[in-house]
Amino acid sequence: MDKVKQPLLLGKGAEANLYLAEWHGRKVVLKKRLPKKYRPTALDEQIRAYRTVHEPQLMHEAKKAGVPTPIIFLVDRKNTTIIMEYIEGRQIKQLLNEVSKHDRQSLCFGIGESVGKLHEYGVIHGDLTTSNFIQDRNGKVFFLDFGLGEKTKEVEARGVDLHLMKRALQSTHYDFADECFESAIEGYSTAMNTEASKNVFRKISEIEKRGRYIVERKDTN
Amino acid sequence: MKVKDVKKLYCLGIESSADDFGIGISSFDGTILSNAVDAYVPTEGGIHPREAARHHAEVSSKVLSKALETSGVEPQDLSVIAFSQGPGLGPCLRTGATVARALSSYLGIPLVGVNHCVAHIEIGKLKTGIKNPLTLYVSGGNTLVAAFDSGKYRVFGETLDIALGNCLDVFAREAGLRQKQGMPFGAVVEKLAQKGKELAKLPYTVKGMDVSFSGLLTAAVTAFKKGQYDVEDLCFSLQETAFSMVTEVTERALAHTGKKEALLTGGVAANKRLQSMIRSIAEEHEARFEVVPKEFAMDNGAMVAWTGVLAYTNGSVTPVDESQVRLRWRLEEADVNWIK
Repeated sequence: MDKVKQPLLLGKGAEANLYLAEWHGRKVVLKKRLPKKYRPTALDEQIRAYRTVHEPQLMHEAKKAGVPTPIIFLVDRKNTTIIMEYIEGRQIKQLLNEVSKHDRQSLCFGIGESVGKLHEYGVIHGDLTTSNFIQDRNGKVFFLDFGLGEKTKEVEARGVDLHLMKRALQSTHYDFADECFESAIEGYSTAMNTEASKNVFRKISEIEKRGRYIVERKDTN
Repeated sequence: MKVKDVKKLYCLGIESSADDFGIGISSFDGTILSNAVDAYVPTEGGIHPREAARHHAEVSSKVLSKALETSGVEPQDLSVIAFSQGPGLGPCLRTGATVARALSSYLGIPLVGVNHCVAHIEIGKLKTGIKNPLTLYVSGGNTLVAAFDSGKYRVFGETLDIALGNCLDVFAREAGLRQKQGMPFGAVVEKLAQKGKELAKLPYTVKGMDVSFSGLLTAAVTAFKKGQYDVEDLCFSLQETAFSMVTEVTERALAHTGKKEALLTGGVAANKRLQSMIRSIAEEHEARFEVVPKEFAMDNGAMVAWTGVLAYTNGSVTPVDESQVRLRWRLEEADVNWIK
């Protein structure tokens, strides 16, 4: 934690504060998970320590899967802080609202493909919202915020991950959520064999049929 | 045409989506004149939809008389009949819808079908004065985090399986606790939890802005059956874990939407510990925090009546042939054309 210069608050998330700082001559991001007063101290410490260590591990796995994530420089379990590379770029959350339909589709296709690569490699992201994807100046899309992720190849976990992505699109990008999700699904299918991706898509509709997500089912009066 | 004074125009609302049968009367200016309710208490086990529906049918005329008497409104003074059209349990919803259609047809006044979740939010706004909140709605049948955006209430987070209230109820039953009239399972668990000290390690499941309680419930019940902890400690641990989960997703949604008001409603909103947790994150994000008063946070007829007023005065009516109940009517599917 030494040598951190001039931390500047970038954003106050629900889970952590993000600071832009200088560290050994580099521009870095400090992600500090702050104590949550609302939950019991023991539970709070356990959750924060777990996510602090777990997140960099998954980011490392993601790189191995071929999905760009920021470089991790330091993990400070005691202070529940991660120091990582600062990615200069723009959130996909904003970009989607500004670009043409064609660009939107190709962005979503690429994101879907990356999600497919993660899943194929056994990484579940856990929070696939468009604010967690950043496009750098070269057009490369980085994945952030793996704190809620897990390492598994279970179809159920893959299905939930994509289902959450669909729901995040619907609540934030309601005007073109369906079109975005469709492109993402197309991209996803290219990252693993047909059989495997079909299993995941079947699982998504199964999850949706668990009751809370459909209105189409005919109610009998 | 001579416009009548809005204080003298009334809507009667019927709520019957689950175990409560309620009828409330609201004037068009938002004065709640009555809010009568009769709860079905199962002799054992959970809510059996057909038994609950039978209860609703049996008490409907009694509850109706009480709502009318308390309000001092004569049936012929009513302008519109509103009913909870969904989501909820089919047989229960149908009983309320039948009463609503009968009244509407007999009195010759329009019918308005209301989304149950929308009604919870609207009565909360009316009763607390909050205008544009992020709402955490937690009950026996629903667990969701929602806020208004572009014409609809958007659901930012919700449960992937069972509802929070259901999780507490089932644990209480499995642990052999007894509920009494006026003291539902949630209150029994809350009371025992106050005596709990040791925090049992239970699964904490947050996925994005969604939560899952089924694994938590199974683990808590298993721990109880193995006798690993006192029931007080388990009630405490179950509450702390489950409430921390919903608080975390509420905070995420608060940060995500940037709303400056937070509203807590539903049957579980009466829990003081949950209130303190949500208050804590609201303060952190400099948002105003309000809890809906218990009478209007539980399922009730007044919320349906008031939402009926909002819908009807903005031009919505439900023809009888479109009044079939909608068991899985999602919050974001509902029209809320009164919010500009």
